[in-house]
Parts: sequence; structure tokens; C-alpha cells
Amino acid sequence: MKILVCISNVPDTTSKINFTDDDTKFDTNGVQFVINPNDEFGLTRAMWFKEKQGATVHVATVGEATTEPTIRKALAIGADEAIRVNAAPTDGYFVAQQLAEVIKSGGYDLIIAGRESIDYNGGMVPGMIAAMLDMNFVNTCISLEIEGENATAVREIDGGKEKIATSLPLIIGGQKGLVEESDLRIPNMRGIMMARQKKLNVVEAVGGTQATKDVKFERPAPKGAVKLVDSANIDELVNLLHNEAKVI
Amino acid sequence: MSVLVYTETEKGKFKKNAFEVASYANAVAQQLGTTVTAIAFGADNAEELGTYGVSKVLNVAEASLSDFNARAFALSIAQAVSSEEAKVVLLSSSTDSKFLAGILAGKLSAGYAPNVVAAPETTEPFIVKRTAFSNKGFAHTQIDTDIKIVGVSNNAFGVVENPTSADVAAFSPQINESDFSTKSVEVDKVVGKATIADADIVVSGGRGLKGPENWGLIEELAEVLGAATACSKPVSDLGWRPHSEHVGQTGKPVASNLYIAIGISGAIQHLAGVSASKVKVVINTDPEAPFFKAADYGIVGDAFEVVPELTEKLKEFKAQNA
Repeated sequence: MKILVCISNVPDTTSKINFTDDDTKFDTNGVQFVINPNDEFGLTRAMWFKEKQGATVHVATVGEATTEPTIRKALAIGADEAIRVNAAPTDGYFVAQQLAEVIKSGGYDLIIAGRESIDYNGGMVPGMIAAMLDMNFVNTCISLEIEGENATAVREIDGGKEKIATSLPLIIGGQKGLVEESDLRIPNMRGIMMARQKKLNVVEAVGGTQATKDVKFERPAPKGAVKLVDSANIDELVNLLHNEAKVI
Repeated sequence: MSVLVYTETEKGKFKKNAFEVASYANAVAQQLGTTVTAIAFGADNAEELGTYGVSKVLNVAEASLSDFNARAFALSIAQAVSSEEAKVVLLSSSTDSKFLAGILAGKLSAGYAPNVVAAPETTEPFIVKRTAFSNKGFAHTQIDTDIKIVGVSNNAFGVVENPTSADVAAFSPQINESDFSTKSVEVDKVVGKATIADADIVVSGGRGLKGPENWGLIEELAEVLGAATACSKPVSDLGWRPHSEHVGQTGKPVASNLYIAIGISGAIQHLAGVSASKVKVVINTDPEAPFFKAADYGIVGDAFEVVPELTEKLKEFKAQNA
């Protein structure tokens, strides 16, 4: 089985978000970039398929050279080979087109992407690839088993979960649940050394169009001070929620 | 040309988000000087959408399309887009709508803006405001394609009545057997309980509750309020509560009217995930907990004393206001 894990290079979850250039660009100053958490759960599940079922695991990202430390980390975690499409990931539609090309030429059986990236929260790339390549697709995937050509997936739904039977080739939008937080791997020295020897293929973007652009950003309005209620006066909280906030 | 909205149903009845997304569609249609057509799958009372300004409903009655299937539904909606010559397509932010949004956008070569919180700022060019950076910011996104898909955030635009009479027409999309190659085998869903996605009130617990055996506190408070229960990331990582209850940046987003955080310190990732909630209450022993900076109301105190009392007071309140 040949697996491709699609990776986004995103600000660490603890990052403070600021904008620059008259609020038209995300300010990367002082920001630590990491593998998108939803993708990392998928990558870790791919490692399981590699170790238990002999799968080959490639990772791909659409990004400029500055994203290479993130890709190297994926290799250090254990991916066999990496592909970087050398272009700025301008929007979901452009990224999906680029990844669809990588998938077509690579002959992959299983594509693992994240449910969404935690920066632009588009959540559209795996679905778009599924449409472009007419592949089976399961989103918000929290469990995945493969047996031969058959796949059993569980997806999260509002208020529960749904078990789905499908077959390869398949693309999933993964998230926590595919593996647990405690299963995530921190690359060790040997992994990091080995990653330096692994192939990182840089390919140029093939055409592709942008469907959307973020013309301006905005930070949330500052929050007013909290109203503290004495723990001996809980009636007051009920009163405030009813008469002031009008939420009960 | 019209505006097309996908209105979700659950066992034949419209979900609450269907009325909100229909209300949003009506606002877009007024800006564009056109009308709203809805597509629904097996709606019992399709004409109900007229209340929210929908003038035509394409109701799909095929038995094969009675249960949600992302690809089959996306292809059906794409066919409705073409028969209605729709230029703007509205979806909700439910898990199902987000599942089919990418497929639909791919099939229509359409730009898609998710998590949109307000009616378009302008329609030429078409610009919408949406949350980004996991609620740590907003983006004003311009959609440049001929067909535009907008995913409307939960509980942001609101439900707006705009009564008109809706003509209901049967709609029969052409879907092949091969389009059902992902099959639902089993659905495991809580019934009769509010879900985080559509609850007006969410009660959430953190590590301050000390162990899963104490979750009765959260559940009793939630029951009085008709609220959904949720938890912080550490609680779900420790296995005290299922993943499906984890709210925050890598869990579910919350956009309720009221969010009550109990024993949750308020890590930046958690605050991002719940920031779309309109009113936030925090109960924590530590007055320095970051959540106090993000909350509207707070009580510094021990959850094991404060929460049972709050539950009792709310019971009295509900009894008086019933």
C-alpha cells in the first residue's frame, strides 16, 4: 500500500495571531511553524500502517522553501520520502489542484489529509481532491482500518459517530482519534539523522488557479473586563444571566 | 439566476441551522436582487422554509437519497445549481455540510469561504467576513469564481423571518450507483440530548474536576439548562470523556449563546475554540486562571461547592419561570 500524507505548515497552536502590511498579511514574526495537528494525527496513523502492514509513506506539502523544516520533521518521524510543490499555498483550491497532480503521478492508494488546517481553517482541500480525482472520501475521520482493498472508517458526526465501509483508493480528512495524543511521536536523534538522507523532491507548480483571496484580516475586538460574582451570592449570577445577558 | 441554499433535515424535519442558513440566503438574494431556492432531501414540511424568505424548494424524494451521503448529496446540489443557474450557494457549518462542501466546490470549480459570520460586505467583488486562525482572527475573503459557495457559521447571522410563500417542487437528481461507494454501516448517535454543534448552552468541564467520577456535577447542571456537555483537551486526552466532547482548537468549535467553563484554566487553544460563544461564564478556584480574562462572568471558587449550588438555584429559577 502506498500512502501520501498531505501536510500543512501552520503556526504552533500557542501562537499569538497578529497581522501586518495594513492588516493584509499574517505576521510570521516570532511565530514557530509546525506540522498541522490534524495532519500529524494522520501521519502517525500512516506510521502504524507502515510498521504493521508494510505500507510506504510519502508526505507532500505545497509551500516555499521556508516550509522544509516542517517536512524534515515528518521525515524524522518516519515518512520514507517527501514532495514539496514549490509555490505559496495561496488558497484551498490552488493547493487541491497541486496535490491532485502529485497524487495522479504518484499512484497512491490512500491519501491522508487533515480535516482542516488550524491557520486558515478552510477544511476544503481533501474534498476538492476527492472531486477532482473521483476518489472515495471520508471527512472528520477518527478511525481507519485497511484490509486489502477494503477500508472501514469511522467519522465524527454532530452528536455521535458513523461507521463507513468503502474501498481504496481513498482520501480522508483526519483528526484526533485516528491516533491518540499520547501516540504522537517526537523525532529522536536517529530519526533526525536519517531524515537528512531521505529524498525531498521539489517539484514546480503546474498551472492552477486561485478561487479566493483574503483581502484583509482583523483581530477580534478586545474583551471587556469580567464581572466577578461572589461565590456566596450565586443568586446574583442567575440574575445577571437572566436579566443582563438574557441567555437563560 | 437565483441563490441556492442547502437546508438540512433530520428524519424529515428541518434542523435549526436550516432556518439560519435560509435567512442568510435571503439576505444575499436581496443584495443581488434575486430570489432564494432551497434544496432539501426528504423534507416533510418543505413549505416551512417560506417563513425565512425561500420562494422555491426543490425537495428530493428518492429513497436512495433519504440518508446523508456526502458525494451523492454534493452531486445532487451541483445539479440543482445548474438547473437553477445559481451563482451563490449557501451551506451551514454542520459536520455534514462541511463534508460535502469541498466535493461540491471541486465539482463546480467554485471558490468556497467557510465559517462566514456576516452577510456579504459587497457582492461586486464578492467579499465575506469569516473566522480564521481558529477564531483568533477574522479574514475578509473575496471569492473570484463565477459560482461562489459560502459556509455560514453556526449562531452568527441568526434566524430572521421574512415570510413569503414557498413553491415546493419534486427534484430528481441523476445519481449513479457508483456514487454511493462510501456506505454508512452504522450510526451511533445520542438521541434526545443537545449536541455541541447546535446547543444554545454548553457546559464544559476541565481537569479541575479531578476525575471522570465527578462528571455528575457537569451533567446535572447541563440537564437543568437543557445544555450540551463538553470538556477541555486534557480531559479528553486523559480518557475521562470521549473525544467527541473535546472543544477547542483541535476539537470542536463552540458557538453557543452561553458557555459555562468549570475547572478549565483557559489555555489559548481552548479559548480560541470557544470564543464564538456569545456569553462565557468561568468557575475556577484560581483567580489568575487565563479564562477570567476571556469571560463575561466569573466566580472564583471551588467547583464542588459552587456548581451544585448553581444547579439548585437554576432549578428554582426554572420552576419560577416555567
